[in-house]
Amino acid sequence: MTTDSPPEELRLVVDLNRCQSYGQCVYAAPTVFRFHGEEVLEYDYAPDPGIRREVERAAAACPVQAITLGRATEPAPLTTESAQ
Amino acid sequence: MNASETPERIVVVGASLAGLRAAEALRDEGFTGELTLIGDEPHAPYDRPPLSKAVLSGWLTTDHTELPRVRDIAARWLLGTSATGLDLRARRVELADGRQVAYDRLLIATGTRARPWPQQQGGTLHGVHVLRTRDDADRLRTALAAGPGRVLVIGAGFTGGEVASVCRDLGLEVTVVHRGDAPLASALGGVVGRAATGWYRDAGVDLRLGTTVRALEGDARGRLRRALLSDGTVVEAEVALVAAGAMANTGWLAGFGLAADAHGVACDHTCRALADDGTPRADVFVAGDVARWPHPLYPGQLLRLDHWDNAVAQARTAAHNMTRPPHDHRAHRPLPAFWSNQFGVNLKCLGLPSLADQVVVTQGSLDEHRFVAAYGHRGRLIAAVAADSPRVLDGYASLIEAGAPFPPELNATDGPDRLLPLDAGFAHRPAPVPDRPTVPSIPPAPSLRSVPAGHE
Repeated sequence: MTTDSPPEELRLVVDLNRCQSYGQCVYAAPTVFRFHGEEVLEYDYAPDPGIRREVERAAAACPVQAITLGRATEPAPLTTESAQ
Repeated sequence: MNASETPERIVVVGASLAGLRAAEALRDEGFTGELTLIGDEPHAPYDRPPLSKAVLSGWLTTDHTELPRVRDIAARWLLGTSATGLDLRARRVELADGRQVAYDRLLIATGTRARPWPQQQGGTLHGVHVLRTRDDADRLRTALAAGPGRVLVIGAGFTGGEVASVCRDLGLEVTVVHRGDAPLASALGGVVGRAATGWYRDAGVDLRLGTTVRALEGDARGRLRRALLSDGTVVEAEVALVAAGAMANTGWLAGFGLAADAHGVACDHTCRALADDGTPRADVFVAGDVARWPHPLYPGQLLRLDHWDNAVAQARTAAHNMTRPPHDHRAHRPLPAFWSNQFGVNLKCLGLPSLADQVVVTQGSLDEHRFVAAYGHRGRLIAAVAADSPRVLDGYASLIEAGAPFPPELNATDGPDRLLPLDAGFAHRPAPVPDRPTVPSIPPAPSLRSVPAGHE
């Protein structure tokens, strides 16, 4: 990790089989999670890293723990090879 | 090394949901050797469900669909290159760019692709789309954002319904042409399908049931202009989405000794790929949408599930078994679960409704958007579908797994006074489920059950 890098990117995914549309995430991070219709949850997989705390609160508040947070890339550099 | 030794090199072909989650699970299982992920798309692993919903509506861009990495996997990523061949004896995967990648254990997680429209019937016209990948979604979003006069959707399954729904949200005119008698009927049956018909009509979709597209026609510049339908009518449209199902990405395996065909790669209940003589390979495993396997809940057939949940669960089971001796292998036997959002309705499903002979509304009412339908087969509860009722299915799950009697006695406060089971209304009545142990044979095409159960 370089010292001049911006705040670490975060990524999230919601298990929508597990989700029961309680909507706690929508209250905690309304720019990341929203309802489309009464029970249809939509969300941003790559929210602004500046609102990480809101997203973490949303994940913690989920009554069925359907929200998984993670990183965008692993810390170790990806060795994507263009040729051998 | 032989199959009982600890693998030093694991190769995962397919870098989408199943491939990524398998790679993470391999490290969780303690695998410390060389791990390679091969993916034909140039993108980091992303999630497909939003492509037909929040991406098309314009709420999300496709770079906001990347999946989180939940742990370090220290993998070698070979993205933007497809696998083209397999040498089982030398244990090598061949890539399109000529490289060869050696493995001790191989996981096949190449998924499915959208079934394209036939070229000779207009499939090459500009404006004809399929929707499976990030790039597909970017193209279709651009086409919808340009404000076409009418969008044609071919097929009223889950993807077709989701896209038609977004089009109406965007204020676009939509015609949906569907071969069957009701939307979603091949997956959920005619009873729920008739309720879905109401969702389409209420949203203002021009829904043409029992109808097929004969041909797509373009102008002199090769741009889509109209569709000729089987009833003799013509639909003018500049954009068409072909939502006619998925095909397994198995072409790269043809002729290399595995039991792979257009329906998928056959494997056993522990995710070990079957050789073309039906015997399981100790060093090749399969997970996700491409896998077909004998599920103990559904004997006598090989199941293939296009479900998000299944991709994650099967990836974990395969990863466990790839790093353990056979006596420590787990069976993959999930209760199928999937969901869809369309026309403002959240649909959640458990089990496999398409195997049912009867259906009964147990909560709410089909006339409203909010109901639960329970599905039975030979007097046993086998599946449930909940519309805008996302909090009720846990109770059904245990009843389905226990094979509880159908119709189920739930005494739900919002249930009807009397349960009235109906014919489930599947066009092709399911074959009787035989009462015999599953044999790991390869059913001939067409597959008995490549279950049309949706994609999420």
